[in-house]
Amino acid sequence: MREIEFEVVVKAIRDMIMHCGTDLPQDTYDALAQAMEEEKSPVSKEVIRQILENANIAKDEKRPLCQDTGLAVFFVKVGDEVRIKGGLLRDAINKGTEEGYREGYLRASTCEPFSRANLKDSVGYNLPAIIHFDIVAGDKIDIEYAAKGGGSENVSRARVFPPAAGKDGIVAYVKEVISDAGGNPCPPITVGVGIGGTFEKACISSKHALFRDLETTNPDPEMAELEARMLTEINNLGIGAMGMGGTKTALAVHIESNPCHIASLPVSVNVQCHSSRHTHITL
Amino acid sequence: MANYTLTTPLTSEDTKQLKAGDTVLLNGTIFTARDAAHKKLVALIEAGEELPFDLEGSIIYFVGPTPPKPGDPIGSAGPTTSYRMDTFSPTMLKNGSKGMIGKGKRDQGVKDACVAYDGIYFGATGGAGALLGKKITSAEVIAYPELGPEAVRKITVKDFPVTVINDTYGNDLYQMGREQYEVKN
Repeated sequence: MREIEFEVVVKAIRDMIMHCGTDLPQDTYDALAQAMEEEKSPVSKEVIRQILENANIAKDEKRPLCQDTGLAVFFVKVGDEVRIKGGLLRDAINKGTEEGYREGYLRASTCEPFSRANLKDSVGYNLPAIIHFDIVAGDKIDIEYAAKGGGSENVSRARVFPPAAGKDGIVAYVKEVISDAGGNPCPPITVGVGIGGTFEKACISSKHALFRDLETTNPDPEMAELEARMLTEINNLGIGAMGMGGTKTALAVHIESNPCHIASLPVSVNVQCHSSRHTHITL
Repeated sequence: MANYTLTTPLTSEDTKQLKAGDTVLLNGTIFTARDAAHKKLVALIEAGEELPFDLEGSIIYFVGPTPPKPGDPIGSAGPTTSYRMDTFSPTMLKNGSKGMIGKGKRDQGVKDACVAYDGIYFGATGGAGALLGKKITSAEVIAYPELGPEAVRKITVKDFPVTVINDTYGNDLYQMGREQYEVKN
């Protein structure tokens, strides 16, 4: 059984969070640069130019890309031949999150649901992190991380359709969600679509779909085709960058599909703003 | 679409020249407030009590910045989504405020109040917090420090870039822009 020191995990998480807060991932930067080239509206083109200039300033001066530095969301695959020495993996992730947000001058954005009291002095600075664990074979720990902002989360939706809704029903639903959202989720967006599974499985799949690199194509040709169809439909809405009208409302649509119950067709649409801060490490 | 440079406080003469789609570089003093601060400010107005700052000609920026690094006046400071302030903004405009900076669409009540009281809803680029934070040359918490990032701040801006979304004539850039680029099936 391989052992990893608790503090090694803490440091890795802290570094990942601080890096993600200021350095836009290359796949996102490249997709935005391409969108700026292709955008027909001069107003939206200027907005994307500001977004790229912002990314350059944030990287060069180590300033947070956005004041909404998100809730910390993790997908963690833990090998069955590795253990943490000196504490629990969940505690190490939370400790690294707190240190990363505090030391990176990132915002503490967690609060109690009804009093809205900030949790930074009670539970911890921007704690708790949202962590999805899975157990896999091997002696490694694979950690995917994203800083997920509130504006794009607020427009996300899920619904369980009857099976007869099919692909047309899902495409219409995705289009409706993005149309209603308009400029609120900070387009150009990435759209994660979770299909199948149960109600919660669809939601988690739609979140995880947002972690996929923007330059990748879905390995399932049927899903790749559906992604392309949804992307065209979304960009035909004319919402444009920050909702100001334009041809580049979304950079990509990513689908994760699962087997589901014979009675159901669950669908979840999770929206990601243009500041798609995501990264990945293996320990 | 025209380009303007304006300095606060704004007058009706300033705001009535602006049209949806125009770009403006803002200079001078601006006040920040989000949901919780708006609730408190509107309660003061309704009770007839004094506000922590003069509303006349003011611009309110919907923002909750990140903590400043040592030596900086403020951290990253881009706009938050504005619809959450829709119930409060007409009262602010009725009592002398002339502008708001945020992102995302407003309801009809806010658009009507912009027409009635010569107000402008400006959009700033969401997610450009590092860029916009650098346009802020000073920042001071003047009310509700207990709200943390949501406290009311008096900030000074230099050439802060915004776009006119809702003007004093009832125009809406979000509707106009979308109609122009929508591809009907």
